[in-house]
Amino acid sequence: MMRRMWYKTDIHEKERGSDMQDDVIAAVATPPGRGGVSIVRVSGVGAIEKAGKVFRSASGSPLTEAKSFTAHFGHVMSADEKVIDECIALVMRAPHTYTTEDVVELQLHGSPIAVRETLSALGLVGVRMADRGEFTKRAFLGGRIDLSEAQAVMDIVSARSTKALGIAEGRLSGRFSDRIRALQGEVKAVIAHLEALIDFPEEGVEDIELRDITDGIHRAVAETDRILASADTGRIYRDGLRTAIIGKPNVGKSSLLNYILGEERAIVTDIPGTTRDSIEESAELGGVPLAIADTAGIRETGDEVERIGVERSKRAAEGAELVLALFDGSRKLDAEDDEIMRLLSGRGKGAAALLTKSDLPQVVKETELAQRIAEVAGDVPHIITITTKNGTVENAPGNKSPQMEPIDGTDDTQQSDEQSAVGMAALIDVVKELVGERTPDDEILRDEREAEILRRAKGHLEAAEKTISEGLPEDFISIDMRSAWEALGEITGETTAENIIDEIFSRFCIGK
Amino acid sequence: MFVVDEYDVIVIGAGHAGVEAGLAAARIGCRTLLATLSMDNIALMPCNPSVGGPAKGHLVREVDALGGEMGVNADKTCIQFRMLNTGKGPAVQALRAQADKKLYQFTMKETCENTPNLDVKQLLIDELLVESGAVKGVVVETGEVYLAKAVILASGTYLRGRIIIGEHTYTGGPNGQRAAMKLTESLKRAGLRLMRFKTGTPARVDARTLDYDEMQEQPGDDEPESFSFMTDEPVRSHASCWLTYTNKETHKIILDNIDRAPMANGIIKGVGPRYCPSIESKLLRFPDKDRHQLFIEPEGVHTNEMYVQGMSTSLPIDVQLAFLHTIPGLRHCHVMRAGYAIEYDCLDPLQLKSTLESKDMKGFFSAGQSNGTSGYEEAAAQGLIAGINAAMLVKGEEPLVLSRSDGYIGVLIDDLVTKGTHEPYRMMTSRAEYRLLLRQDNADLRLTPYGRRVGLVTDARWERLLKKRAELKAAKDALDAIRLTPSGETNERLSSLGIAPLHSVLILGDLLKRDGVTYELLREGFDLPEISHEVASEIELLYRYDGYIKKQQEQVDRMQRLEGRLLPEAIDYSSITGLRDEAKEKLAEVRPRSVGQAGRISGVSPADVSVLLVWLESRGRK
Repeated sequence: MMRRMWYKTDIHEKERGSDMQDDVIAAVATPPGRGGVSIVRVSGVGAIEKAGKVFRSASGSPLTEAKSFTAHFGHVMSADEKVIDECIALVMRAPHTYTTEDVVELQLHGSPIAVRETLSALGLVGVRMADRGEFTKRAFLGGRIDLSEAQAVMDIVSARSTKALGIAEGRLSGRFSDRIRALQGEVKAVIAHLEALIDFPEEGVEDIELRDITDGIHRAVAETDRILASADTGRIYRDGLRTAIIGKPNVGKSSLLNYILGEERAIVTDIPGTTRDSIEESAELGGVPLAIADTAGIRETGDEVERIGVERSKRAAEGAELVLALFDGSRKLDAEDDEIMRLLSGRGKGAAALLTKSDLPQVVKETELAQRIAEVAGDVPHIITITTKNGTVENAPGNKSPQMEPIDGTDDTQQSDEQSAVGMAALIDVVKELVGERTPDDEILRDEREAEILRRAKGHLEAAEKTISEGLPEDFISIDMRSAWEALGEITGETTAENIIDEIFSRFCIGK
Repeated sequence: MFVVDEYDVIVIGAGHAGVEAGLAAARIGCRTLLATLSMDNIALMPCNPSVGGPAKGHLVREVDALGGEMGVNADKTCIQFRMLNTGKGPAVQALRAQADKKLYQFTMKETCENTPNLDVKQLLIDELLVESGAVKGVVVETGEVYLAKAVILASGTYLRGRIIIGEHTYTGGPNGQRAAMKLTESLKRAGLRLMRFKTGTPARVDARTLDYDEMQEQPGDDEPESFSFMTDEPVRSHASCWLTYTNKETHKIILDNIDRAPMANGIIKGVGPRYCPSIESKLLRFPDKDRHQLFIEPEGVHTNEMYVQGMSTSLPIDVQLAFLHTIPGLRHCHVMRAGYAIEYDCLDPLQLKSTLESKDMKGFFSAGQSNGTSGYEEAAAQGLIAGINAAMLVKGEEPLVLSRSDGYIGVLIDDLVTKGTHEPYRMMTSRAEYRLLLRQDNADLRLTPYGRRVGLVTDARWERLLKKRAELKAAKDALDAIRLTPSGETNERLSSLGIAPLHSVLILGDLLKRDGVTYELLREGFDLPEISHEVASEIELLYRYDGYIKKQQEQVDRMQRLEGRLLPEAIDYSSITGLRDEAKEKLAEVRPRSVGQAGRISGVSPADVSVLLVWLESRGRK
């Protein structure tokens, strides 16, 4: 409930245009890629308050109460209250900062995923992505940098304007701008109808059916999602599908990883907790690149072995797009397995349960596992039986990568290989189904700033739906729709009221 | 050169812009001459017999709040009042009234003639007197001269006016009046750029020849509201309008004769408005629509002339008669005046500052249709501002510039001087980005203080505002001060008022957000001050839409920062590196007064605005 309220509130706070001097902006202050630490810098009036909405300090005290030039340990949280990353937040209060405004630096672990999600979370609380040169511009306007640097700032700023104008004038046409224009056109059509009703109440404009508006909004939201998802497609093909292999110790996580990697990476023994450290592995399955977080990691030994296995699984599952949960088919399911199952809850296509060690006498059947998962996690993911040879690698298929040489059941390889291959084929299907039929060419959205604008536009559209459901009159629906239209205009360049008025007159026969 | 007299301010034209300009300048204390082509046609309504409507009604309230005359005059002389858009949101509700045209004119004439400092004269102005970049006065057609410190052009559709009915055309103003044929040349000599626009009007039919039972009656409101914040007596709302529709037969006659339409055969060259299209344009642009709505409106109490709203046309008379006779209610109608189109010269408003003074000719102002707008209300609003600012210039005081967040008047003038216009400009609520704040109910709260500052608001009006403010504050303080906890006692008290029980702590004002809870209802159960009905509905609205209103206020606050960054009048934009060429050109043409205005010029991007800010800052440091 609270969440919904601040979301709606902040959506309305967003500014038209992008060069206002006192809205809150954010950008990555470290070079792109996987450095040791990535810094997201947030600046503007209210920067501390807004950063404080995504940062939860370990000590529990809010960022807004932090003194200037203090560092705070905690976590960056997503809108749905999930941990994005550990973080050190550095609070610097105006005026003694680079921009002379309030500044918060969020120092993250450096994974590109965490950075992106942090920016996205900031976007949802009303922070917009900085334009090129904008921090410098603010620093200059705040009197922080020298006059001689002013020229350089202007150069940076005007370089951006050339690009923006290119899009606005349709010179940079292409699928992305075409689709955004079409999307904005749909939104504009709804606004024009509402406005025609308001400005020409007695001129025979037919009443708009609220259902038509909500249908239009649904279509627009779906299209926004598709365009945003295309950014995911591009990212998946660039950075890999975030995949977590989870399960209790010695359930066969490393063997599966090896199999996917097609090589011996992890040291595998039948002693639980002997996997060496490994953070992220790159592999490919069915032509889709995967970035696999291996939960094995640090030694899982001692009395709390099982406990640690579960904790590690939890961490790995956070932020993963695909979770592969392994269950030992040769042993009875226990309470820890239940906890692993809970991590599959609500993931839809992004989860699969793998029953391992099919070479050993099986005490758990697929149907039994499915039933248990349904009870514990509420829904049933894909269930795949897969053999991993009791954790040893002697019969692992070595360098054969499954996607290169699909093996079907008629192959004369050993039985266990066969079974893994069958299992792998099913696993490939899971990945393909999740990523869909998209190819790398489907990436039409590349720019994080544009993604932020789209997310903002979507927020306004959803606010309009809420306005309609609360029974507020046309004027208020129009306010929300206009906010969505203006946000999209930051990409297309179409932002003036005249555009709406043109639409009114082209659609409705109005006049005395 | 025979100089008859010397004035502070001369107003050319006494239409809706001219009378407001003349009255404002005179009331502020300037000796003012109001020059009209015809003493019999002051405040003439040559087109529709109505005042107000969405955005236009807002303008009337704003003119009134500043101390203008239109609202007062409309309240005295209109014969039907209706509140429109009552279900579409508090900010878009708008009052519209049917005028008794002659009564409206003569009442306004009487006011003008009896205003101290104001001389009304029948004069046709041929020429501006200009000396070293400043206006000095005017030359009348008969050769005599009137000198002035400021001149306001409010020439309506009379500059080189040309009437077109079918193939028949003649020079002149509306209703058989003369046109000002020579002034255009003088304006051009003074360096001004002109455009040619077109507008039109429908036929007037005889009330005795209509079949009323074939049309739908549209009466006025039973409890009508008035335009002016100063009107206490109830307004009249006894007249009815009549609704009817065109049909396929009507359309066939028009389309069969479309080659005889002046806009189709090239006789009309001026640019017409899209929102006020002739019936022939409607049929061409929307061929799929099989009927168009018409309103038959009375032109006054002492006339049988009825205005056929929606049927503006310049087709030949035989066609006009034929298609009118296909319309239910009009099948037997007698036409008293035919519809016609009119072409006229007007200024490109980009040449004006936000004060409506010319950028290049000191003391020369322009207002109304001569700035490319359309509509009585748009004209009145500009006339008022031009009159005020001419007076401020004469008195050497700070001009009045309303911003887009102050009112529709601010939006109107800012649009004109920032974006210009390519067709007659009509005010629409869609043009206002802070519409929720610019309601007709709070026009006085927004603008009366400005009117007071320039000396146009009387003591009586000022005291009324202070009282409203005090009532608002008292009520708000009380509503905010009473905290309700969800105790049994509270909920009992609420249920006795018919209000559902509380579940959490609230301030009393929050209850106004609930459906059906009014201030008066709360007053029955709690200790709240007694306030007027008007203030009570204002209070209810403020609490009910509090979230939205606050958001718009925040947007306004942010916009104001850029509005506050003033640009010097003489800037060589071509020398600012970083600006794109198109931006340099547009900025040099518009010469915006602030960075905020610069950002609204089409062709100036947000990045150009950044460049301007950086430039301003570095200039300040040098």
